[in-house]
Amino acid sequence: MKLAINWFKYSAPSTFYGLAGKMIPWFAVSSAVLFAVGLYIGFFVAPTDMQQSEAYRIIFIHVPASMLSMFIYLIMAGYAALGLIFNTRLSSMMASALAPTGALFAFISLWTGALWGKPMWGAWWVWDARLTSELILLFLYLGFIALHASIDDPRRADRASALLAIIGSVNVPIIYFSVKWWNTLHQGATIKFTGTSMHIAMQQAMFTVLAACWLYAIAVSLMRVRSIILERERNTQWVSELPEVKP
Amino acid sequence: MNWSEFFAMKGYAFYVWGSYGVALLVFIVEVMLVRHLRKITLQNLRMLRDAGDEE
Amino acid sequence: MKKSSMLDLLVLVIRRDLVLAMRRRADVLTTLIFFVMVVSLFPLGVGPEMDMLRKMAPGVLWVAALLASMLSLGRLFSADYLDGTLEQMMLAPQSLSMLVLGKMVSHWMVSGLPLVLMAPVLGLQFDMPIQALAVLIFGLLLGTPILSMVGAIGAALTLGLRGGGVLLSLLVLPLCIPVLIFGTGAVDAASTGMSVAPHLSLLGALLLLALVFTPWVTAQALRISME
Repeated sequence: MKLAINWFKYSAPSTFYGLAGKMIPWFAVSSAVLFAVGLYIGFFVAPTDMQQSEAYRIIFIHVPASMLSMFIYLIMAGYAALGLIFNTRLSSMMASALAPTGALFAFISLWTGALWGKPMWGAWWVWDARLTSELILLFLYLGFIALHASIDDPRRADRASALLAIIGSVNVPIIYFSVKWWNTLHQGATIKFTGTSMHIAMQQAMFTVLAACWLYAIAVSLMRVRSIILERERNTQWVSELPEVKP
Repeated sequence: MNWSEFFAMKGYAFYVWGSYGVALLVFIVEVMLVRHLRKITLQNLRMLRDAGDEE
Repeated sequence: MKKSSMLDLLVLVIRRDLVLAMRRRADVLTTLIFFVMVVSLFPLGVGPEMDMLRKMAPGVLWVAALLASMLSLGRLFSADYLDGTLEQMMLAPQSLSMLVLGKMVSHWMVSGLPLVLMAPVLGLQFDMPIQALAVLIFGLLLGTPILSMVGAIGAALTLGLRGGGVLLSLLVLPLCIPVLIFGTGAVDAASTGMSVAPHLSLLGALLLLALVFTPWVTAQALRISME
C-alpha cells in the first residue's frame, strides 16, 4: 500500500521535477565512468580480431546504439500508452522527452554501421536487413517528433503522437520480419561477427558501453523532461515558487 | 604501447575514429541543446513572471 | 437485425462518399494522372533498356501507387471536418468505426481501384510478361486497400493541421513498407518461377489485420483530433 502511495506521489510533475534534478548528476557521472571503463577495455584489453583487424572495434558503439534506439522506442511507446490510457501527464512528457534521444541513437547506429560497412564490404551502405530496419526506425522517430511538433494544443499533441507511437511499435516487428525476408530473397549482405567466438573482453566492453549509453539516455531525457515540465506547468503555483524562477 | 600505432588502428583510423568521434559529437551537441532548452524555458518563465508582476 | 443495420450503414456511407466524389471527378483524375506520370518518368530517367525496365517495373508501379494514394488521403476527412459533418458523425449513435470503414472503402474505390485498373497498361509499357502482370494486379488489389486503411489513421491524426499533407506522408509511408515488400516480392517470385503464394497470403493476412484494427484505431484518432 505504501509503495502505491509513493508511486503516485512521484508521478506528480512537481515532485518528479525535484527528484529528477537530484538524480541527473548521479546518472551523468556513472555514465561517464562506465564509458571510460568500457572504452578502456574495448581499446586496450580486447584483442585484435583475426578477420576484421582493428575495424571491428566500432562494434563497441554500434551495437549499444542500435539496441538503445530500439529499446527507447518501446519505452517511449509504453510511456505514451500510459499517458493515453490513464491520462497521466508525466508519462506523456517522458515520451516526448525520450524521442529525440532515441532518434539520435538511431542516427549513431546508422553512421557507425556505414563506417563499419565500408572497410568490410567496400560500400558505405549495404541494404542489410538490420541497417534497413534501423533506417525505418529513424523514420518512425522523425514522424513522432514531427507530429508532436506540428500540433499546438499540448494535450492533443500528446494523445495523437501516443497513438502513432503505439501503431509504430506494433508495426516494428512486422517491418523487421518483412525486411529480413526481403533481404534473404535478394541474397543481401548481413552483418555477422566473423570471428570464431567473441572474446570475453569484447563482451565486457560492449556491455559496459551499453550500460553507459543507458545511463546517458536516462540523464539526458530527465534533463529534457524537466524543461518540458516547466513549460507545461508554467501557470502553477509551485513553478513560480521555484528558486530558479524566483528573483 | 606505441601511441601513433594505436591511433593508426592498422589503417582503419578513419573508420574507427570517425565512428567514435561522431558519436561523441552527437552526445555533446545533445547535452548542449538540452541545456539551451532549459535556459530558454527559465528565461520565458521569468519573463512571464515579470509581466505578471506589472499588472 | 442489428447486423443488417450495420451493413446498411456501411453501404449508406460508401454511397454518400461515392456520390460526393463523383461531383468532384477532377480529384479522382488528378490522382490517376499523377500515377501515370510518375511511372512514365522512370524510363526517361534511367534509360529505355528493356531488360532493366522489366526488372524495375513492379517496384516502380508499387512506389508510384504508394505516392499516389498519399495524395488523396488528405481529403479523406477534411471536407467532412470543415462542414461539420464529421462532428455529427461522432455524435451519432452508430459506431464510428463502421462509419470510418465505409469512408475507407469508398476512398479505396475512388483512388485505389483506378490505379489497379490502370496498372496493366503501364506494366505493358515496361514490357512485363503477362503472368507477372497478373500477379502484380492481384497484389495491388490486395495491397491498395491496406494503403487506404493505414493512410486513414494518418489522415485522422493530422486532421486540420498546417502542412498536414507532407506530414501525413511522413507518418504513413514507413508503415506501408511491408505492403511494398510483399507486393513487389510476389512479382519477383512470379518472374523467377517461384511460388507466389507466400507473398500473396502474407498480403492477405495484412489486409485482414488492417480490416480488423484500422477502423477502430482511426476512430480513436478522430476522437483525439476532434476533442
